Amino acid sequence: MADYSWPEADRRAQIGARPARLDGPVKSTGFAKYPSDQNPRGLLAAKILTCPHAHARIVRIDTSAAEAMAGVRVVHVIQGEGSEIQWAGDEVAAVAAVTEDVARDALRAIRVEYEVLPHFVTEEDRDQAPGAREAGERAEGDPDAAFATAHRTVQRTLGMPQMAHMCLEPHGQVCSWAGDELEVHASTQAVSTLAGQFATELGVPASQVRIRTEYMGGGFGSKFSPDRWGIVGAELARKANAPVKLFLERDQEVTVAGSRPSAFARIRAAADEQGKLVAWDSDSWGSGGLPGTGQTPLPYVFSRLPNRRTRHTSVPTNLAGSRAWRAPNHPQACFLTMAVLDDLADELGLDPIDFLERNLDLTGRPDTYREQLATAAEMASWKERWQPRGREREGAVQRGLGVSVHTWGGRGHSSNCDVTVHPDGAVEARIGSQDIGTGTRTIVAQVLAETFGLELHQVRVSLGDNVYPQSGPSGGSSTVGGVTASTRRAAQDALREVLVHVAPRLEAEPEQLVAEGGRVFVDGDSSRGMSWREAAAQIGGAPISVQGRNPGPGRLISSGVGGVQIAEVEVDIDTGVVHVERMIAVQDCGLIINRRLAESQVYGGLIMGVGYALYEEWIPDPVSGRLLNADMEFYKLAGLVDVGSLEVHMMTGPGYDERGVIGLGEPPVISPGAAISNAVANAIGVRVPYLPLTPDRVLDALAGRGGPA
Amino acid sequence: MRPFGYAAPATVEQAVGLLAAEGSEALAGGTDLLSLLKDDVERVDRLVALRGVAGLSGIELDGGMLRIGAMTTLQELRDHDGAIAALPALAMAIDGVASPQLREMGTVGGDLLQRPRCWYYRRGFGLLALAADGRSMVAEGDNRYHAIFPTGQARFVNPSSLAPLLVALGAEAVVHGPAGERRLPVEALYQAPQTAEERENTLAPGELLAGVEANVDGSRSAVYEVRQRRSLDWPLMAAAVTLTGSGPRAEKARIVLGHAAPTPHVAAAAGDLLSGQELTPETVAAAADAAVEDARPMSGNRYKVQLARTAVRRALGQAAGMEI
Repeated sequence: MADYSWPEADRRAQIGARPARLDGPVKSTGFAKYPSDQNPRGLLAAKILTCPHAHARIVRIDTSAAEAMAGVRVVHVIQGEGSEIQWAGDEVAAVAAVTEDVARDALRAIRVEYEVLPHFVTEEDRDQAPGAREAGERAEGDPDAAFATAHRTVQRTLGMPQMAHMCLEPHGQVCSWAGDELEVHASTQAVSTLAGQFATELGVPASQVRIRTEYMGGGFGSKFSPDRWGIVGAELARKANAPVKLFLERDQEVTVAGSRPSAFARIRAAADEQGKLVAWDSDSWGSGGLPGTGQTPLPYVFSRLPNRRTRHTSVPTNLAGSRAWRAPNHPQACFLTMAVLDDLADELGLDPIDFLERNLDLTGRPDTYREQLATAAEMASWKERWQPRGREREGAVQRGLGVSVHTWGGRGHSSNCDVTVHPDGAVEARIGSQDIGTGTRTIVAQVLAETFGLELHQVRVSLGDNVYPQSGPSGGSSTVGGVTASTRRAAQDALREVLVHVAPRLEAEPEQLVAEGGRVFVDGDSSRGMSWREAAAQIGGAPISVQGRNPGPGRLISSGVGGVQIAEVEVDIDTGVVHVERMIAVQDCGLIINRRLAESQVYGGLIMGVGYALYEEWIPDPVSGRLLNADMEFYKLAGLVDVGSLEVHMMTGPGYDERGVIGLGEPPVISPGAAISNAVANAIGVRVPYLPLTPDRVLDALAGRGGPA
Repeated sequence: MRPFGYAAPATVEQAVGLLAAEGSEALAGGTDLLSLLKDDVERVDRLVALRGVAGLSGIELDGGMLRIGAMTTLQELRDHDGAIAALPALAMAIDGVASPQLREMGTVGGDLLQRPRCWYYRRGFGLLALAADGRSMVAEGDNRYHAIFPTGQARFVNPSSLAPLLVALGAEAVVHGPAGERRLPVEALYQAPQTAEERENTLAPGELLAGVEANVDGSRSAVYEVRQRRSLDWPLMAAAVTLTGSGPRAEKARIVLGHAAPTPHVAAAAGDLLSGQELTPETVAAAADAAVEDARPMSGNRYKVQLARTAVRRALGQAAGMEI
């Protein structure tokens, strides 16, 4: 069996370098055409009528006025008379018309009579929740005995609300039919799996559904399926016999197209006199809209904590179902755990970093965390600058430092990649993956260039199309491992075939040859070689084409990463306004293909993290059941001046590189909520129990109205 | 968007005539009105564009009298060295509009007469947001950004960046209407509506805000806004103060809160308390307490009382040039 591996550190030209993303120029100049930029000839615009009530039954729908309007081509009822609607914003009918404005006007002309039913949208108070489902209790060791003999115990009730994905490019697609063949330009994270889902719903063979996503404007876990609006868009296009563009309006995007489940918990944790964790008891609940939500993994990272009991209750609400949000369940579990541990450290009179270090044997990767904690502390000048909570304070603005640790898997998904070497030396890869903004196109090109000893501009990568070999959906930080492994295997195989042709000319064995610096030569004697172009010409008239797969042989990828983040905040104790001054992120992800893009992932995670720590939340109205901030005015995202100074340190080199490639999308977004909350507690001396850390919550905590213990 | 007519008058007289027709609405910078129309929150039969109307824009500083045309953009005002030197607090107020696009397009008149940001109003529940049975959706729902001085059923807050300062200065509004020109205190431009038919301003049909005039001589002013984000964000609370007299003693103090009530909220008791007093941390704190003495916060906005207190203290400190 051929050996598949990454080059040794001293032979890497591309891997670990910092090339800029290949699509940077076309994106920044506007030449990149996103799915929502597609405007085929004869295009119709479609819009969806949504239900304004959180719980209702449709009594009557009258679409006649809309159908009679000039410019309206198709009116399509999605949920007919008698349907029970379970959340505000659910889709009722759709219109395809000659312009967006006409489509919107037609929606207003549709008359729907509703029987309004009782709703429940605020899950913080579990006792008020109808339909709450207890998921049962899990216990290990003897928590009651451990609490009884523990040196220090803290008890807190903490939580964070549901929040939105808020993709800048809303969910949607452009559908065009040619006979029975459907082409969909979709804003999706799943180019290779979408066709089958469209096909099933539409009653056509999957082989007749083409999915294309050259670029897309953000998914964060919310864009894995065609969704109802995808199928409706295709139906409208079929009925209208014209291409149809259907992208959600901003309020729909916020309300129905993606949310992260809430998580609340009443937690007790205890430590012994040495500062070792000895007991944990958590009673958690949360909602992911109508389906409720699964158990949050508690205690987080310190999962080997002895003597623990966890209970969970799933609370259904009349809100649209949640979707995977970057590192599903982890930011919630991290906040709930790290806040309690931070409070326990304070109770013990310990520096929180010291406290975490004393308990690292309860984690899966103690050595990594120890190294990362030391690195992060050094970057933050923690030893010189950290002060305990109870210190003397002067003035309104208080500063504080907080720390958190996190973990993620990140193993590469299933992926297939075709690599072709042409006789003129051209090299290309075709892969049914998608670049969701993370730089997938660029890293595939780097792997190709590395393998064939070429420059980035000498290789071509085609992705974002399901005519290319199947590659997995981009979720769970699985893409980088999947696509680099399949590409590397294909490229190594293709190169070996080339070398078989070249070897006789160089009077050498193929195994003696290497491709580096634009040449193929005998390893150790570069004078016995030829240019890559000459080498490729040896293959004859037909190109060489090889498919590589993942999983497969060789040590190319693995999984399991750790990370440490430190937040430094300023809190105005007279206004409750929190400002993040600085975030430090120390992160490993095995072998890094592109340092710049890896750091970019971490920066993005920190920015998103500041957002949910300070600003972002769904605000459902208890009266109407509707979201009150389904917009970008009161659904607040962090602006550039709000994120502070971001400092990223990637753990690389010996001890990390040999693990192979591991995904990075999720991990850096996990800790910010916890680290920032801990920094605020350090600054003001009390725990603000809920995220986001808005002025009202901060002032309540300062006034001793922090909520239940 | 629903269809509507569009008129572009050249003179104030023409504009007034057009605005007198029912369903007509003045269009200034359009930064808010166009969204309201797109979202179907408001409906108009005709927009009367003021951009081409002669005499509505420009800044004049004549002795101590500052005259600002209603169609002057916020950025033009911010860039007017004379106006800013005469009234530095203008910069504090305008800089709170933390978006260059809004400052470039938004006008002084538009800032003063913009519609409330209440999320019930913006979702089509009406300015008073009363349920079918007459109960207040605001009072029973989520009111974290609403008034701590509600007036009857009006529970939204006035969102203007400039109004608190102009009211504190005792500025006058110049209004043109079918009967000619009238002048009124800027304060009197506003009202707290109590019926669905009433608006939050007192302009009659056909009336048009032409500009504002303020005597900026011999007083010290400041504006302090509490915003959660440093980037574009509505203030959670704002205070504008004007002190007459120099030195540590305030002959007369005027304190006005923004984002606190359906109208710019004149904290008369707080101003009276300071008038004739020396400004010290103690008197300032007493004034801040007096400013919120009659606050009636709702279920979710008690924190805004504390923000009002802080905003008053800090605005006073800035106006008096002292550390508070």
